[in-house]
Amino acid sequence: MAASTKSSTDEFIKGLWKENPVFVQVLGMCPVLAVSNTAMNALAMGLATAFVLIMSNVVVSSLRSFIPKQVRIATYILIIATFVTVVDYLIQAVSLDLYKALGAFISLIVVNCLILGRAEAFASKNTVARSMMDGLGMGIGFAFALFCLGAVREILGSGSLFGAQLFHDSFQNWVVMILPSGGFFTLAAWLLLFNWLEQRKAKKEKTDALSLTKETA
Amino acid sequence: MESESLWTIFINASLVNNFVLAYFLGICPFLGVSSKIETASRMGAAVTFVMLVSSVCAFGIQALLVAIDAPYLKLISFIAVIASTVQLVEMFIKKVSPALFRSLGIFLPLITTNCAILGLALFQTNKGYSFVQCIVYALGAGVGFTLALVLMAGLREKLELAEVPDVTKGTAMALMIAGLLSVTFMGFGGLGG
Repeated sequence: MAASTKSSTDEFIKGLWKENPVFVQVLGMCPVLAVSNTAMNALAMGLATAFVLIMSNVVVSSLRSFIPKQVRIATYILIIATFVTVVDYLIQAVSLDLYKALGAFISLIVVNCLILGRAEAFASKNTVARSMMDGLGMGIGFAFALFCLGAVREILGSGSLFGAQLFHDSFQNWVVMILPSGGFFTLAAWLLLFNWLEQRKAKKEKTDALSLTKETA
Repeated sequence: MESESLWTIFINASLVNNFVLAYFLGICPFLGVSSKIETASRMGAAVTFVMLVSSVCAFGIQALLVAIDAPYLKLISFIAVIASTVQLVEMFIKKVSPALFRSLGIFLPLITTNCAILGLALFQTNKGYSFVQCIVYALGAGVGFTLALVLMAGLREKLELAEVPDVTKGTAMALMIAGLLSVTFMGFGGLGG
């Protein structure tokens, strides 16, 4: 998918915006919706996923000539599972509260289709350095998207950000935002915004091209 | 946890804490294969079946890992066993009933990366269910998954005919419907006790 002429900076940038894993590719939805009820949880989950993504991309791409084609998916999953176990124990050691809040979803990073998708589509075909940049970009893009969701849900749902109260006492919390359905609604709203921006851009390019042809004629 | 009745577990897993609409597990197939009722119900059946098998396997593994005192291998062995179970089930169905195999098609291998399966295995060990409870839990989760998928497919079939603004076409619309379904399922809260 990536042309070899692209610099590694491009690989990094594309994950942030143009191919953002959540808003554009709609990958790895389960953790996105499940743990984004506060900004803190969302950010922690995003960083954990980014770490696993970078490490697995590096390992997969450095082993890419040794892994037999027939068993590659199983091998990728085992590599990913190893790093997820590391993260699982790490979070448990650093902050038990966070570990309890995220629950089984840390383990479920294993089946995040984003990570397996990048291993298969990118890391298995590219050099270690480029795979690392790709993992970094995608990982930060994912964390950023999660934070966007988590922040909106926390501000509207509990009237706070990172646990700090934002509004006066008279603010009525939108309880539905913290509940599961709020996750669906918030993500839908973000997707609408992205679609709208894309459409506006496409329309603008079209009119630009049209006026250009008129001028030359 | 022994006091929890089997009926409560079933209702909890299928309606109150529906895997798709309350735990957000298995969202990918939920959004991906929910455009037709027929494919949705087949997918649901396949997932329920794999859930039952892998739940039994996970129970065995957990007992083994506790016995040899190696809890850090839990995740790796779970995912390895689920992947091979799916492969095994695929070969078994192909041999026993080619018709069923054809109708399930690509959905069978895709189940490996369905987080609902791994989630089920993890939840049941966290909750410390007994063997029978595990089976009922898996059955409830499977029924709940199928129910959500079929309901969603029905709504999306109707929506094909409706006129919606261009921006909302595709995933955004599907997510909004899912949100409404999720609100509806909240109505079951308290049912499981």
